[in-house]
Formats: sequence, structure tokens, C-alpha cells
Amino acid sequence: MKKQLYYEDVEVGSEVTPLAKIATTQMLVKWAGASGDFNPLHYEDTFAANQGVGSPIVHGALKRAWLGHLMTDWIGEQGLLKRLSCQYRGMDKPRKMASMISPEEGETWWCKGTVTKKYIEDDQHIVECDIWVENGREEKTTPGTATVILPSREAKS
Amino acid sequence: MQQGSIITDEMKEQLGVEGTPTILEVEKGHIRMMAEALGDPNPLWQDEEYAKKTRYGGIIAPPALLCNARAGTGRGVQMKSPFLRALAGGDELEYYLPVRPGDVITSVSKIAEYNEREGRRGKMLFTIIETTYKNQRGEVVATSRSTYISY
Repeated sequence: MKKQLYYEDVEVGSEVTPLAKIATTQMLVKWAGASGDFNPLHYEDTFAANQGVGSPIVHGALKRAWLGHLMTDWIGEQGLLKRLSCQYRGMDKPRKMASMISPEEGETWWCKGTVTKKYIEDDQHIVECDIWVENGREEKTTPGTATVILPSREAKS
Repeated sequence: MQQGSIITDEMKEQLGVEGTPTILEVEKGHIRMMAEALGDPNPLWQDEEYAKKTRYGGIIAPPALLCNARAGTGRGVQMKSPFLRALAGGDELEYYLPVRPGDVITSVSKIAEYNEREGRRGKMLFTIIETTYKNQRGEVVATSRSTYISY
């Protein structure tokens, strides 16, 4: 079990532990099945080209799911994710598959975040963060924010 | 520049009109599929023995389970646009209660807002859809606000 993060462990400016992700065409197929989003924009070359995006793009909701993963990993099982928002500003293109199980060489994405605010309200220890998904060129394609409640070492109730 | 608003009276009439409710019976298999698809090995989503010892007392769903087509987000609302191209603009979620296997989640969506903006390639329409997710006890487990862009 991972070490639990406490309210007292973070300050404004603290970094959310970064999380690496690799989007592949295979992952997009899995995501389409799991989420029920079968928009051909995410798997069909001609359709994507006609929509003006060139080639299939990563689902925005998959990048949001990555940001959810970023936050739930960081806050641990005693933390609560209260709010998560993000904007799909930049398009991301998945790596193609080199074999049935491994992708071609290429881009790696990073989910990152920093603490922007911490405060206590109604006995809850609240932490707000800026979060984002960054592409291989360090551009924030998916900026957002998250609000979490962390356990406190001082307020054991 | 195109004159006048692209938001028609017919579109305005759809504001606040609730779509057909969608029922999602939450299953462990679906939760596992979701966790695998997004690449999240957290045992809290999959390992019953592990999850039993946590504050939740059992497996819960990752936040990504809600706010997508399977969860009924946007289902049944009459989204109209004069444009052919569409993209997801962003999502905002508030979480109130954990979602567990066996829960029956009913979601209802409505169009909350339209905005139009002048983009580089001309007019763009922003449609904002709000969805409420309730469990079998009628408790709100989450709400979402999704922006769709057409251009």
C-alpha cells in the first residue's frame, strides 16, 4: 500500500506526483469500448481527415480519465476527489502499434499538477490544484483544475 | 462575417428540456474494463480483498466511469447546430458519493446554455450540457457540465 498523503504534506506550489501515459491506437479502441464513445473521429483516418483534424485524435474523455488517475493516485485512498475539470484545447495523436502488444516509438504524455490553494472549510481540509496533460513537446493540451479533500494528521476524527 | 445569431428559436426551446434518463447498472467487469482502458492499475477499482480493508469496504469505480456515452451523458437531448464539425470542448465534474458495483445509476441530461463565438475559421457554437447522476437510493452521486463545440 502506498504512503498516504496528508493535508500537512502539501503547500501552495507543491507538485502533484507526475504520471506518464502513452496513448496508442489500441488504447483508443479499448477506451471506445469502455466509454461507449464510438465516434469514428478516434479510429477512422478518412473520417478524421474530413472533420479537419488530419488523422484520428485521442478522446478528450480519455485525457480527463488520465487526470482522474493522476489525482486519485496522488491523494491516496483516504483522499476524496470532489471536483475535476479540464478543457480539450490541443489535439493529441496516438502512437500506432508496432506489434500486437507494443506501440511504435514516439510521444509520451505527462499528467502533472501544482497546488494553488489550501484551506479548511466546515472541518474539511481542502486542496485545489491546477492540473494538465502535457504532450511530448511540453505543450499543455488539456489544462484543468481539481479540488480534493485530504486527511489531516491534526484533525483525527 | 456572418450576420445575426446562429442560435435559433427552435434551439432556445430546447434549453432546460430533460433528455431520456439512462440507466447504468454498474458491474465489476465494466469497472475493470474502464480501469484497463485508461491504464490505471489502482487495486481499489479491481481487488476486492484489498478494497475491503479501505474506508470504502469494497471496490469502487474510478472517476472516469461517469460522464461518457455509456453513463448516458448527453443522451436524448436535441442538440442542433448549423455546422457539420464537432469536438468536445471540456468537462467539469463534481463528485458527491462513491459509485460501487451493484449500483444502478440513472443519469439525466439537459442543454443548459448556448454561446457563440467568432473563431479563426468563422463562427463557433458552444453547447453546454448538464447531467445529474443519481443512484438507486435517489442520491446524487455526481454532476457534470460538458461543452461541445461545433464549427
